Amino acid sequence: MSYVDRPEHRRLSPRARATTIGVVVLVAAVLVGLLVGPVRIGAANVMRWLFSFGNTPAGMSEQQALILADLRLPRVIVAGLVGASLAASGAAYQAVFRNPLADPYLLGAAAGAGLGATIAVAYGPSSALDLTVPLAAFIGALVGVGLAYGLGRSSLGGRATTSLVLAGVAVASFLTAVQTFLQQQRSETLRQVYTWILGRLGTTGWDDVRLALPSVALALATLWAVRRLLDVIEVGDVEAQSLGLNVTRLRLVVVIAASLATAAAVAVAGLIGFVGLIIPHTVRMMVGGSYRSVLPLSVLFGASFLIFVDTLARTVVAPAEIPIGVITAFIGGPFFIAVLRRNRRAA
Amino acid sequence: MGKPLSIVVAFVLALSVAACGSKAGSGDVTGGDGASSSSEPSSFPLTVEGTNGQVKIDERPVRIVSLSPTATEDLFAIGAGEQVIAVDDQSTFPPEAPTTELSGFEPNVEAIAGYEPDLVVFATEPGDLGSSLEGLGITALQLDAAPTLEVAYQQIEQLGLATQHVAEAEALVDDIRSAVHELVASADPSAGLTFYYELDDTFYSVTSKTFIGQLFVLLGLENIADAAGKGSGGYPQLSAEYIIDSDPDLIFLADTRCCDQSLQTVAKRPGWGELTAVTDGGVVPLDDDVASRWGPRVVDLLRQISEAADAVEANAA
Repeated sequence: MSYVDRPEHRRLSPRARATTIGVVVLVAAVLVGLLVGPVRIGAANVMRWLFSFGNTPAGMSEQQALILADLRLPRVIVAGLVGASLAASGAAYQAVFRNPLADPYLLGAAAGAGLGATIAVAYGPSSALDLTVPLAAFIGALVGVGLAYGLGRSSLGGRATTSLVLAGVAVASFLTAVQTFLQQQRSETLRQVYTWILGRLGTTGWDDVRLALPSVALALATLWAVRRLLDVIEVGDVEAQSLGLNVTRLRLVVVIAASLATAAAVAVAGLIGFVGLIIPHTVRMMVGGSYRSVLPLSVLFGASFLIFVDTLARTVVAPAEIPIGVITAFIGGPFFIAVLRRNRRAA
Repeated sequence: MGKPLSIVVAFVLALSVAACGSKAGSGDVTGGDGASSSSEPSSFPLTVEGTNGQVKIDERPVRIVSLSPTATEDLFAIGAGEQVIAVDDQSTFPPEAPTTELSGFEPNVEAIAGYEPDLVVFATEPGDLGSSLEGLGITALQLDAAPTLEVAYQQIEQLGLATQHVAEAEALVDDIRSAVHELVASADPSAGLTFYYELDDTFYSVTSKTFIGQLFVLLGLENIADAAGKGSGGYPQLSAEYIIDSDPDLIFLADTRCCDQSLQTVAKRPGWGELTAVTDGGVVPLDDDVASRWGPRVVDLLRQISEAADAVEANAA
C-alpha cells in the first residue's frame, strides 16, 4: 500500500475534516442517546454514571442505573452497529454494482430475512428462545443473497452487475411471495411478524449486542481492507481486470461481507430502510466519490444517524414509541427522490 | 425499495385488523324501535342494525356463517348455535362451533358463498365483503369491534333479533350486566393500583379509551399507558424504560398465546426482574382470545382482573 496522497496536504484535508466531524457527531449522538429518554434521569447523573463504570453513583436510584445500563446503553450500541452496517453495506453495494441506487436489501437480503423470521415466528417451537427469530432472519438473509448471487452469476455471462441485480429482484419477489403465503396460513402470527419486520429496537438488550457484534466487526473489517479496490472496480470490470484485479473474486468478497453486515442488522433490528442510501450519498456530497473516504465515513455517519433517529423514535411521542422504520422511511423517501433528481440532472 | 413503505402500510393494517378492538365506532345500534326489547317472537321480515347500517332479514336464518369469533360466541350463548353452519378459523369458542378454514381477515367471497348461507355475520371489513355478499343475494351483517360494553350488549340483542332468540339475548345481556355490576361494586378504587396491559412482546398496550381499557376503568385501576395515549388510536407502543420506571402493581399479559409470554419470560427481560409486579405476584397471564373479544366471556375477563387486583391488594396489606 502506498501513500502517495499524503505530503501535499499541510492543512486539514476534506477527508480529515470530515472524519473529525464524523467522530464528533458520533460521540454527540451516543451522549444524546444516553441522556434523552422517556424517563428523566438528568444529565449530571448520566455523566456521573458513565464515569463510574457499572457502579451506581451516589444520588442516583438503582432503577435509573438499571435503565441506563440494561436499556439505553445496549440500545444505543445496537442502533450504532445497525446504522454503521447498513451505511457501509450500502456504499459497498453501490461500488460493486456501479449503481447509485443499490442498497443493502437489493440482493434479496430483506426478503430472505423476512421469510426466515416468518418461519421462526409461525412454525418455530412455542417455547422458542429469544434468539430463534433473529437467527432465522440472519440465515434467511444469507440464503437470499446466496441464491441471488448464484443465479445472477450463472446467467447472462458477461453483464455481471446487471444480471446480479435482476437476479436479486427476482429472488426477492419470490421469497416475499413465499413469506406472504406462509403468513396467510398462520394469520394469528401476522401481527408479530409485522412488528418484527418493521424494526424492533424497543426490546433491545445486551443479547442483541452479542448477536450482532461479531458479524458486524468481521464484515466492516473486510470492507475496510478492500476500500481502495472499490475505487478501481467502480471504474469498470475491464479496466479493473487490466490492472490485474480479480474482479469476480473481489465482488464476491464484498457481496459476502456487505450481506453479512446486513443480515446482522436485520436480525437484531428488523428492516430499517433507506439508511444504506441516505448516508453514503450524503458522505459523497461532503468528500467526493473515493471509497477510501466514503466507506469509513459512512460507518461513522451511519452509526450517528441511526442513534439520532432511534432517540427520536423513543422521545417524540414519549412514553410511547414510533417504529424506527417509519422514521427512516419518512426521511428517506424524500431524500431518495432528491438523489434521483440530482442524478438525472448530472447525467 | 418501496418495500419499507409498503411494510409500514401493511403493518398499520395488521395492527388495526388484528389488535383487539378498533376505534371504528360500531354505529348506533339504537334502531329497531323497541322491537329488540319485545319478548314476542320476532316476525319476519325485520331489520337489524349493524355497523354497515340497516340490514333487512327476510326470514329466520338457519344457515348462518360467522366470520367473527365474538359473533360466534354471542350466537352460541343465545341459543342460536344450531342455526350456525360454519364459523371462521379464529372462532375457537365454544368448542362445538363448526370451525372451518374460512378467514375473517382474508375473506374469500366464493368460499363463503359455497356454504349457501342465508346470513353472514362479520366484524372487520377488509375491502367490500358486505357489498360483495349482498351482490350475491346473501344477507350480510357487520358487527365491528365494540367500542363500549353498551355496544357489545346491543350487538347481542341485534343477533337475538335476527335469529329469533330475543328473550335469550335479553337474558344474556341482563346476566352480563349484573355480573359486571357486582364485580364493579366489589372493586376498591381507593387502593390506587396501577397496571400495564401487554398486547405483544414489543410492548404494545391499550389506553382507557379502548374497549378493554374501559374494563379496567370500571374496576378503578390506573392504566400507565394513558400517558402515551395521544395520537396512538388507543394502542400505543410503550418504551421499556417507561414501563420499568412506572413500576406498575399489575402486569396483564394478553400475549400468552400469540407470543408465548409468561412470568418467566417477563422476568428474564432486561431490567424487568426487579419490578414489583414480577417479584410480588402481580403478573397475570390472560387468555389472548378472551381478552380480544367483546362477547359474553367479558365477564370471565373482568373477574380475572378483579381477582388479581384483590390478591395484590391483600398482599400489600
